[in-house]
Amino acid sequence: MRARAAAIVLAAMTLAGCGDLQPWVKPYERQALADPIMSFDANPVSTAYMDHVFEAREGARGALGSAGGGCGCN
Amino acid sequence: MTLMTATARKLLAAIALSGAAAALTSTVASAGVLPEDRADVLYHRYEGGGVTIHGPSVLVRKKLAEKYSVSANYYMDMVTSASIDVQVSGASEYKEERDQWSVGFDYLRGKTTYTLGYTDSEEDDYHATTASFGLSQDLFGDLTTVSMGFSRGNDTVRRTISNPLNPGARIIDPTFEMDLDRWSYRIGVSQILTKTLIMTLGLETITDEGYLNNPYRAFRYVDPEDATNFRLATEKYPRTRTSNAVALNARYFLPYRAAVFGGYRFFTDSWGIRANTAEVGYVHPFKNTPWTLEASYRFYQQDHADFYSDLFPRIDFQNFMGRDKELSTMDSQTMHIGATYEFGNAGLSFIKRGTFNVFYDRIQFNYDDFRDARDPGLIAGQEPLYEFGANVYQVFVSIWF
Repeated sequence: MRARAAAIVLAAMTLAGCGDLQPWVKPYERQALADPIMSFDANPVSTAYMDHVFEAREGARGALGSAGGGCGCN
Repeated sequence: MTLMTATARKLLAAIALSGAAAALTSTVASAGVLPEDRADVLYHRYEGGGVTIHGPSVLVRKKLAEKYSVSANYYMDMVTSASIDVQVSGASEYKEERDQWSVGFDYLRGKTTYTLGYTDSEEDDYHATTASFGLSQDLFGDLTTVSMGFSRGNDTVRRTISNPLNPGARIIDPTFEMDLDRWSYRIGVSQILTKTLIMTLGLETITDEGYLNNPYRAFRYVDPEDATNFRLATEKYPRTRTSNAVALNARYFLPYRAAVFGGYRFFTDSWGIRANTAEVGYVHPFKNTPWTLEASYRFYQQDHADFYSDLFPRIDFQNFMGRDKELSTMDSQTMHIGATYEFGNAGLSFIKRGTFNVFYDRIQFNYDDFRDARDPGLIAGQEPLYEFGANVYQVFVSIWF
């Protein structure tokens, strides 16, 4: 119970802090992040293919790729 | 007799189903920007465990009026299989083909992107459709992108049998048709942490309900008349499965223009499988040349499903019994290398740039409780554990226009 109360207080403090949150990386400072080598999915056709090579041969599934996406597949 | 392995079943039936769906889904990196116009033509080839699967994948994506983006993907698997499951069953090598079409639509409004997708996968004995909806939203000065999505799938499972009029040929069994419904819910957060570091967190819950068996695969049990031998019987699976996966990924830009990346995924499901996946990699563009090389290493490990056994004591040992090696205790290790050559518009005014790519993956699969039962001369349950290596080749051209 005490842990839950502490978690709620912590969450409230965190959210309260969000009110004054300022972007700490300005748009003009994102040159490196915009570089194609920083893309989580620069080759979507290849990524999708490899995801399914693994999914076909392993029991785990889902939460693939940067979008947390995956499939509803069996 | 045709016997589809789990590999073929999943690949042919539903797996690549979402392959294109994933390819069509824009990433969460930024919700306020539509993905670039591009076209990809890929040839894929998988060789391993007695199975060869190859074919093309073609993706085209185009923006309209800077607010919309449409995409289409065609994917094909051509399978030739004499996997260990096929061999243990006494069946002979078989060939089959799967065709898959996917279409996607993105709508950008302010800092929110809405996505719709639809995929149809067709093969002789399996038909699968999936519809998906997603949205992503940029927050906190575009440092954070939150996304969520939902997919709904409907599969129809059939099976082939020998043609009574022509025993050498296969026909669809008119008495066998099963349904499978699938739901997927996912959320993701992408966070820019510094000028050179970005992280993503993704969660996904998937629920299946319906016929989850493979109609061709058998489990094996101790022969009641000879304890050193085994017999085969059709697998019995639960009719529901729910899984949860959470993944954390990061990418870091190195000062000399290179990138390192890593990720971890934890998975658990209602069948008792727990799995861990970890990956690290490196991307290195060579200065003043059109070449980029990349390499990565991936490790995967899982514990077996509750109803999995390599050899059951008797045919009615428990309610559910399976011997799919993808449900066994196993691990895999993957070494990936890739080379990319970037070219300009090659004199064609409608092309901005393009790349030519060659990727190779070597995967080693090791099974801790799935035995190689192909040699009938060995005592059942004492055969060597199964393992195999696979080579995966991809050659593709990407063009941005």
